[in-house]
Amino acid sequence: MNLSMSSKMVAMLLAAGLVAGCSSTGETMDDEGYGSDVEAIDQEGGATVYDGTGQEGGVSSSAMTDEERAAAQRKAESEQAAQAALRDVTTFYFDFDTSEIKPEAREVLIAHARYLAENPRAEVRIEGHADERGSKEYNLALGERRANAVERFLIVNGASRGQTETVSYGEEKPAVRGSGENVWAQNRRVELVFD
Amino acid sequence: MTRLVIPMTQEQVPVKSPMRSLVLVCMTMLMLAAGSARAELLIRITEGVESAIPIAVVPFKETGTMPPGDKISSIVRSDLTMSGEFNPLEPEKMLSLPSRQSDVYFRDWRMLGQRYLLVGEVTRRGERLEARYELFDVNREERILGETAAAPASNARSLAHHISDKVYEAITGETGVFSTKLAYVTVTGQGDDIRYRLQVSDIDGKRAKVRLESDEPILSPAWSPDGKTLAYVSFETGKPVIFTHELATGKRQKVADFRGLNSAPAWGPDGKSLLMTLSRDGNAEVYNMDLSTRELTRLTNHWAIDTEGVWDHAGRGIFFTSDRSGGPQIYHMERPGAEARRITFGSRYNARPRPGPDGQYVYHVHQRDNAFLIARTNLNTGEESIVTRTEADESPSLAPNGRMLIYATEQNGDSVLTVVSADGGAAYSLPAAEGEVRDPAWGPVTTR
Repeated sequence: MNLSMSSKMVAMLLAAGLVAGCSSTGETMDDEGYGSDVEAIDQEGGATVYDGTGQEGGVSSSAMTDEERAAAQRKAESEQAAQAALRDVTTFYFDFDTSEIKPEAREVLIAHARYLAENPRAEVRIEGHADERGSKEYNLALGERRANAVERFLIVNGASRGQTETVSYGEEKPAVRGSGENVWAQNRRVELVFD
Repeated sequence: MTRLVIPMTQEQVPVKSPMRSLVLVCMTMLMLAAGSARAELLIRITEGVESAIPIAVVPFKETGTMPPGDKISSIVRSDLTMSGEFNPLEPEKMLSLPSRQSDVYFRDWRMLGQRYLLVGEVTRRGERLEARYELFDVNREERILGETAAAPASNARSLAHHISDKVYEAITGETGVFSTKLAYVTVTGQGDDIRYRLQVSDIDGKRAKVRLESDEPILSPAWSPDGKTLAYVSFETGKPVIFTHELATGKRQKVADFRGLNSAPAWGPDGKSLLMTLSRDGNAEVYNMDLSTRELTRLTNHWAIDTEGVWDHAGRGIFFTSDRSGGPQIYHMERPGAEARRITFGSRYNARPRPGPDGQYVYHVHQRDNAFLIARTNLNTGEESIVTRTEADESPSLAPNGRMLIYATEQNGDSVLTVVSADGGAAYSLPAAEGEVRDPAWGPVTTR
């Protein structure tokens, strides 16, 4: 119970962090360039391939005492729970007119990629969205670029091509209605939808 | 599960000039099936122009039973006001109400400061409505237009818009667009109840007719040059797919359903091809599709987003949006596939080009500080000027005569379509009756 509680906490904190990180960029929006993104993700993504400290750590050994074994198991379980908790976050936010994956989204996306790698039958639909500002048709392309960026990140980190599918809704399906940077920040997003 | 409704369509009903040799009138209009109008947009004139031409539109004499609804002369008055170029006199201020030349005292109208005078008579003949009207230049005391036109009685608005077109043309020398149509998308409800409706109405928002209803987004309607077919993007299959939709028959064709994006359709000048944005080869690029063979020609090739391709006014080259410079900007190719030349520089965000009809300007979405407005760029000087005064503007679409521009925006928190004169002067708005209204596309002038 404790574990699931704490894992929920982790997820909530993480979600809060993502949202907070996102809305705080509102004020700096004007200062940010329109930097291209996709190349950076591949390089970074390549370097961030997960390091295998997850559940594989709990290899049992006859030298272990029962207590140690139990501790190791608890540790494995807790790591697994932490991974699952990370995967509670399925929405990732972007700055205006960019498709650059934010640093704080990486750990969660890596958890999703691992899950896909470990569950070859799992499939994910990657939905890209933009805020309402600017041109609808351009926003459709921008939403696609965001979805593609996330797809590439997942694939670089272990998911396989057949497991992913992307679609862009542009500005057509806002998460939150209305205007203002706080609203827009929540609408510039990619959502992962697992079947 | 997608719920999709394609309403029944109607026959086309022509408006005819039955009499004499004066002017041949034969425009086709889509007639409204009774009871099919839904949530018409309400017109709201927001700004007039001081230099507008004073014209007196005298209430037409009526003979026989008139159909219910607005009177022909009121519709003409409202049309002329809407254009921003005319300032019709209120009927209460008129000193007399002539209906033919012999009853006109020009001195009275000069005294009222009027430059033009329109008088006429509407007669009911069975199921038809016949309008005889005359337009005078008050200072010269000259008749400059006289015509009789007729339409089915159920089609009084078509008859009125026809008269407005003739008056507008006689005075300004430009094509009137009051008989043209608007296509747009309304969105009502939320969550499971959300409904997207592709509608077609008169340019004053009247006679709205739902052409497609879906619980998934519909966007980017584009008129074929003959005004008979709309191309648009529909998400009814769960992803963006381009359809063409013949208005008279309701016949739809899925023309682009490739992997990835299928978006931003724009008709070729001959109506036989469609520019579109596809990402089938990796990322968003502009293609041209021959509609008879479905053969695709790729026109752009860049790792950046290339989209919103549209033919230029001459029908030879293509404008499009690309963010190859780091943010979206407008580019032009002298001919399809030629090297792209950047057109806009004045702001970090310029998108969705729409060429003016004379080749002097390209209109587009433009970011200034935190506002998104409609601007136009002079193609000779590169100078950019703001056309709109609202701040969340998108989807500009020009009237076929280039004198007015419609776009989607917000006013006081309301979702509206706003029409401005193309130089940014007068304006009127068509607020959504409920929910949102967006994606306006101004239809062409159809054969008369």
